[in-house]
Amino acid sequence: MDISLINLIPLLMAASTPILLAGLGELVVEKSGVLNLGVEGMMITGAITGFMAAVATGSPTLGFLGGAAGGAALALVFGALTQGLMSNQVATGLALTLFGLGLSALLGQAFVGLKPPVTPDLPIPGLSQLPVIGPMFFDHDLMVYFSLFAVAAVWAFLRYSRPGLILRAVGENHAAAHALGYKVTRIRLMAILFGGAMAGLGGAYLSLVRVPQWTEGMTAGAGWIALALVVFAAWRPFPLLIGAYLFGGITVLQLNMQAAGVNVPVELLSMSPYLVTILVLVVMSAAGAAAGAPGSLGRPFHASR
Amino acid sequence: MIRLERRPAPSKSWTYLAPLLAVAATMIAGAIMFALLGKDPVLAIKTIFWDPVFSPQFGSYSRPQLLIKAGPLILIAIGLSLGFRAGIWNIGAEGQYIMGALAGAGLALALYPMELPVLLPLMVLAGALGGWAWAMIPGLLRTMFNTNEILVSLLLVYVAEQILSAAAVGFLRNPEGGGFPGSRNLQSYPSAHNAEIIANTGIHWGVVAALIAVIAAYVLLQRHILGFHIKLAGEAPRAAKLAGVNPARLILFCMGVSGALAGMAGLFEVAGPAGKISIDFGAGYGFTAIIVAFLGRLHPVGILLAGLLMALTYIGGELAQLMLSLPAAAIQAFQGMLLFFLLAFDVFSHYRLRIATGRAA
Repeated sequence: MDISLINLIPLLMAASTPILLAGLGELVVEKSGVLNLGVEGMMITGAITGFMAAVATGSPTLGFLGGAAGGAALALVFGALTQGLMSNQVATGLALTLFGLGLSALLGQAFVGLKPPVTPDLPIPGLSQLPVIGPMFFDHDLMVYFSLFAVAAVWAFLRYSRPGLILRAVGENHAAAHALGYKVTRIRLMAILFGGAMAGLGGAYLSLVRVPQWTEGMTAGAGWIALALVVFAAWRPFPLLIGAYLFGGITVLQLNMQAAGVNVPVELLSMSPYLVTILVLVVMSAAGAAAGAPGSLGRPFHASR
Repeated sequence: MIRLERRPAPSKSWTYLAPLLAVAATMIAGAIMFALLGKDPVLAIKTIFWDPVFSPQFGSYSRPQLLIKAGPLILIAIGLSLGFRAGIWNIGAEGQYIMGALAGAGLALALYPMELPVLLPLMVLAGALGGWAWAMIPGLLRTMFNTNEILVSLLLVYVAEQILSAAAVGFLRNPEGGGFPGSRNLQSYPSAHNAEIIANTGIHWGVVAALIAVIAAYVLLQRHILGFHIKLAGEAPRAAKLAGVNPARLILFCMGVSGALAGMAGLFEVAGPAGKISIDFGAGYGFTAIIVAFLGRLHPVGILLAGLLMALTYIGGELAQLMLSLPAAAIQAFQGMLLFFLLAFDVFSHYRLRIATGRAA
């Protein structure tokens, strides 16, 4: 066994990318005041649509686009129900997860056991040649770079851009935002679609790079961990990155320990990411992280005349 | 311009109509889905909804199955509905179901092969305790640290699944099973066997427990102050606070009851139809029960009917798998669709459609 940092860091970054992408999408959704509990369903749908697109076209890039499209399509259902028909967000999110698990299994039947086209690593010229940190940080595939870029982009969007400010206003107090003339429903719909696309990307990363093949229920709770990450990060992008890498680290470590046959029950190792997620949730909520939640989170909005 | 206008009070007739319309819409959408899969849509719908009960060929087998499947669904959904009414979201019933089965079966396997007339009641108690304890984790974390009970209860499902597989291959494995995973079969341990009460009806103690739970929940919600507090906390949290409802007590009660019922459902299953602890013991009842609770309008009688309907889709789905080689996943998607349509039609119980004629003022 080789549990050295040079080996672990790249693995950790790859293991974290799915939950990072999905968590980032959900962060934007929740910032707009919507709680979408369907992340798991959108991820698994993205995993299969991405896989299908990649296998059909032979292009991993189109695969990722297919994953994003699949996640967004499912998110559209959520948006139509919660924003158009004012349905209960918790129930609709759960329905999305249950439906997504069934739909993906249905779509994926013909794809079990297939190998997707390989997503190439893109070493950054120059930087990747550096000793030690080169192979650790600058020799990854496109999606790892994209996820890091997305963290910075979401942070800058929410903090410095005018649409970002409006989105936050809608999430903090939808009645006031409506009174100011902002289209609450439209803004939330766009946030929901973005969240779906990001969850789909995360799912596609699982089926195209991490595993890489299609198996039923392969997300195995990653969507729920992404949801927990948003609370962990108190709705801020950079803490989300730290949280995602923390969980990626635990995942990689426990997998390596399993492979090495460490004298700890396999089941205990397999449940460790979930246990740690719960533990962190408890610590964060005891510290009062819920106070950072957007004011209108989870509350339906209906403009009455 | 079509727009929605909020009703002053939820419409009674739409509350009843919405589930029926949702079932009808799901049948239509399902038929389209089956047609896309290259199956005869009418035959598929008939196989799922009609044949399990009325077919002379399969009816005698599948009618008892209906109660066997509906029992745990109703039992779990009744517990969940109490919390859902109060805005307390226990969505980890699947984990509590598994832990209840492990606790109850564990007790029986510890006493094996002693014959004890009170063993089954003791196992039921142990099952309820197991589920209760597992649900208390998110409950207590919520009341003590304000930790989100949705996420914790759900994440604990994955933990429970790992404990289940550890039990099946390790500490509960049948020592005479030739090294294969899985525990002893409780069906061949007379004191522990949750057998059919009346032969060939599918009625075992779990089905009886489900019926008792329906009645108890009905009485609780209609006649008891606690039931009133549950409804009040869900519909008017501020009023509940002013009325002196203790939120922490309510959370612990709702989580505890739903956990205990889910645990009992798991025990009845492992001691009866399933027979033993195996790696794939968790069959998703805990998640399907969420659909049942909503489809039944969170009302005990509604849940009874919804549980039977959902059991029908399970058995009809198996039949369709056999007869039409319809994939199992199609039924899962079908059940998810049902919840979608229900949530969509629900809009009309709270809003009315207004078609503005001419210019809006």
